[in-house]
Amino acid sequence: MSDAYCQEFACSNLVVKELFASGVMSLIIIGVAGMFVGMVLGLQGFETLKRYGSESALGSLVALSLVRELGPVLAALLFASRAGSAMTAEIGLMKATEQIAAMEMMAVSPIARVVAPRFWAGVISMPLLAAIFSAMGVFGGYVVGVVLIGVDEGSFWSQMQATVDFQADIMNGVIKSFVFGFAVTVIALFEGFDAPPTAEGVSGATTRTVVQSSLAILMLDVILTAFMFRGA
Amino acid sequence: MMERTKLDLWVGAFVVAGIAALVVLALKVGNLSTYNVSETYQLQAYFNNVGGLKATASVRSAGVLVGRVTSITLDTERYEAKVTMSIDKRYQFPKDTFANILTSGLLGEQYIGLLPGGEDEMLAEGGEFKKTQSAIVVEELIGKFMFNKTDSSN
Repeated sequence: MSDAYCQEFACSNLVVKELFASGVMSLIIIGVAGMFVGMVLGLQGFETLKRYGSESALGSLVALSLVRELGPVLAALLFASRAGSAMTAEIGLMKATEQIAAMEMMAVSPIARVVAPRFWAGVISMPLLAAIFSAMGVFGGYVVGVVLIGVDEGSFWSQMQATVDFQADIMNGVIKSFVFGFAVTVIALFEGFDAPPTAEGVSGATTRTVVQSSLAILMLDVILTAFMFRGA
Repeated sequence: MMERTKLDLWVGAFVVAGIAALVVLALKVGNLSTYNVSETYQLQAYFNNVGGLKATASVRSAGVLVGRVTSITLDTERYEAKVTMSIDKRYQFPKDTFANILTSGLLGEQYIGLLPGGEDEMLAEGGEFKKTQSAIVVEELIGKFMFNKTDSSN
């Protein structure tokens, strides 16, 4: 059914289909993980800050670590294992069952039909997922810090707003997640196409996607952080 | 395969949720809501030492946010820090207003506190606060305190 639509509307809705597969299906893991990470930050941050009598800085600690680092990086790691591995396995299997070859026979470009929609879906959904991760994390930190432990609500939010800068922190986090989304999808797509057309080959390629994109995310994060936050 | 409209709805909801999360981050977590959108005018002040004051630090009078620091440079003629700040046009300050660099809380950010004087004439665009008080440098305070202690014990 979607193929009939695709020919009518020049395949732009293939991106929508892939956005569902990589974005919507990752929503639950991203949201829940973000909330838990924020809660742990609230608990650990409170224990440490209490020693210096500056519990009121809990809000800025939670928000800064989420927006700058944990949001983009952890969301990208989860995205790589949730969506990247699925992409590789799907394309690897398409290749093993000669669907890719069949497309070429029918003069349907596999790049336009298979690669491009997945690439755009990954690049679009990654920043959105990272933003959702950070927002859920801040909420988790709020629940633990303010509701459970009892840090003053006013200072929690005002300290946060005083230290988190929209351009320096939030936008740089968004840029980071764009780069991570690009890296993860490119690695996943390449590994899928590069997989030997056997069961063993597909499973090996899926593993390689997760390992390589995780390493790429962490390495890119070091580089980006060095450029973005040095001396800030 | 899922129904087409359902798929579109889910993806739409996902994109809306993502953008909503970004807006929440910008307004509730970040400082976008405190950015001054109203008209401003520039004022200057010279300080011996700005301490940890940064550009975009807030300028407050009686605790109310009235403007932001736009730039901090070293004036090589006076060898003092020249702080330029943009103040909301709604607020006018007398010419003998004190500009102090203060700290909010023990580990808080540094900001400029304005203590209005009693003169009738107001500072205009490009005006300068003549009376300033530099940031308190904790190391210097401790040094002075220890010096006094040893002095009195002798």
